[in-house]
Amino acid sequence: MNTLATPAIATATEAAKISMIGSRAFLVEAPGAFDLPAQRRIWALAQALEAQPDVQELVPGMTNLLVLLKATPADPQAVLTRLRDAWAASAEMDRPSRLIEIPVHYGGEMGADLPAICDFSGLPAAEVIARHHARIYTVFALGSAPGFGYLHGLDPAIFMPRKKVPSLNMPKGTVTIGGMQAGVSVLTGPNGWNALGYAEIEVFDPHAAHPALMAPGDTVRFLPERIEL
Amino acid sequence: MEILATGPLNTVQDLGRFGYRNVGVTTSGAMDPLALRAANILLGNAETAAAVEVQTFPFRLRFDRDGAVAITGADCRPVLDGVPLPPWWALPVRAGQVLELTAPVSGARSYLAVAGGIDVPVVLGSRSTALRGDFGGLEGRALQQGDRLVACAGGVADLPATGLGVVPPETALAAHFPARDETGTLVLRALPSGEHDLFGRDAERFWAQEWKISAQSNRTGYRLSGDPIHPDKPVEMRSHGLVPGVVQVPPAGEPIIQMSDANTAGGYPKIAGVIEIDLWRLGQARIGSRIRLQRSDVATAIAAERAVEAWLSDIRHTAAMVTDALAGMAGRQGRSEHED
Repeated sequence: MNTLATPAIATATEAAKISMIGSRAFLVEAPGAFDLPAQRRIWALAQALEAQPDVQELVPGMTNLLVLLKATPADPQAVLTRLRDAWAASAEMDRPSRLIEIPVHYGGEMGADLPAICDFSGLPAAEVIARHHARIYTVFALGSAPGFGYLHGLDPAIFMPRKKVPSLNMPKGTVTIGGMQAGVSVLTGPNGWNALGYAEIEVFDPHAAHPALMAPGDTVRFLPERIEL
Repeated sequence: MEILATGPLNTVQDLGRFGYRNVGVTTSGAMDPLALRAANILLGNAETAAAVEVQTFPFRLRFDRDGAVAITGADCRPVLDGVPLPPWWALPVRAGQVLELTAPVSGARSYLAVAGGIDVPVVLGSRSTALRGDFGGLEGRALQQGDRLVACAGGVADLPATGLGVVPPETALAAHFPARDETGTLVLRALPSGEHDLFGRDAERFWAQEWKISAQSNRTGYRLSGDPIHPDKPVEMRSHGLVPGVVQVPPAGEPIIQMSDANTAGGYPKIAGVIEIDLWRLGQARIGSRIRLQRSDVATAIAAERAVEAWLSDIRHTAAMVTDALAGMAGRQGRSEHED
């Protein structure tokens, strides 16, 4: 049985959970479902805080926002209140969006976890692959590794928990599923997500004016270039 | 200068790469920013200038032009052409001289700064090496034997021939940081973080026990070993942004403290966050040593931050006075008149 779908009901009146990490970082977590409306409010919150003089960095996550201040605040309670109010005031916003198409070689050596995904979902490999490339995904946030996009929009039928023991040396470009999220790995190394294919794509160039290919709000479509079963 | 000998994982670092966490780029930067800042101040560099962070020894290099160096951080018993130097010391060097740093008796990382700062390309606003991502520093990698590093133009020329030193912060700032336990355990101050209360009774065990820094610890993070702690029930988190100092608890129950090369995002439950001003002490903690986390508050953090700034400001004034006096004797313009 698929136990990862955890529907929750979001109401506009629900307060955000706000907590501190160390002395000058605050994490604002949207209440309710892991969905696009919540993420759109997170983007709005980030935009609203951008111009605040004491804010050093804003790091959107998955329906949450890390707010890093320039200095340790003398009154953290006041910051909590301010962030809570800012969340309450933020409405969903659109971000400029581009469509990024990623050709994928499904299965084979680079799709080593496809059998496990089939077992967990109870679907045949061809169906898992079809469901993976049928959807259009939204880039919710970048993080973890340079340019890595957390993609939302995965078909719940192929949700797949992260591995208990990560793969030690997953190659860069591996097309993966981690829980209810999809992604394409950007560095070769240890990785706890499940591999179902491979994409030849450069998503990060530190020397470019805009180093990351993806931006929050962009949409991604996977194109089945080759299917190897 | 040419690197004649180095262990693995010695890198060029400055104070870090800020503003790119939102595209997944870790901050990197010196694990002991106090040591780096003090070294730069002694040399008249901008505090953000890049230096070599040495964490594996021996490290040996030959200067190919005249200049000045400062060595701070863990006391690596530096020897210049056979002459031992005091810890936390800056002095002029001549072309052809060889400097050797050997494994410190205490502390983990030494900083070798040069007048002007290490000149490697600025990538995304910083010269720090990003080993995850292979950019920044020298060609995005750790230093190797045979590498050549050059200094940026500028930096102070006037240092006493025998050098100029600083009282290390471990001593100079002792009143502003918790003393070690009788057993030598390092005490670090931290604030409870988002999932702290979900650990129930285990949260108290987290604060009370001593944790050992395991061998699986590096610039990315320190893995602690001890009596595992668990939340009352499993916690499913959505990935969120992280900062160095965050204490996460993976399912096995042994905490990880993220450090300078911290992942920018993660989803393990967070029990605490070490206050930023204490992180330099953790950066100097050795594998196998023990730490204890002490519940603290922002007022304490701010007081410690002020003490650190005052200490650095003292170094700045003393260094400027000494070099001005030397410059005056030599009939040149001193440091204070061209301070940036």
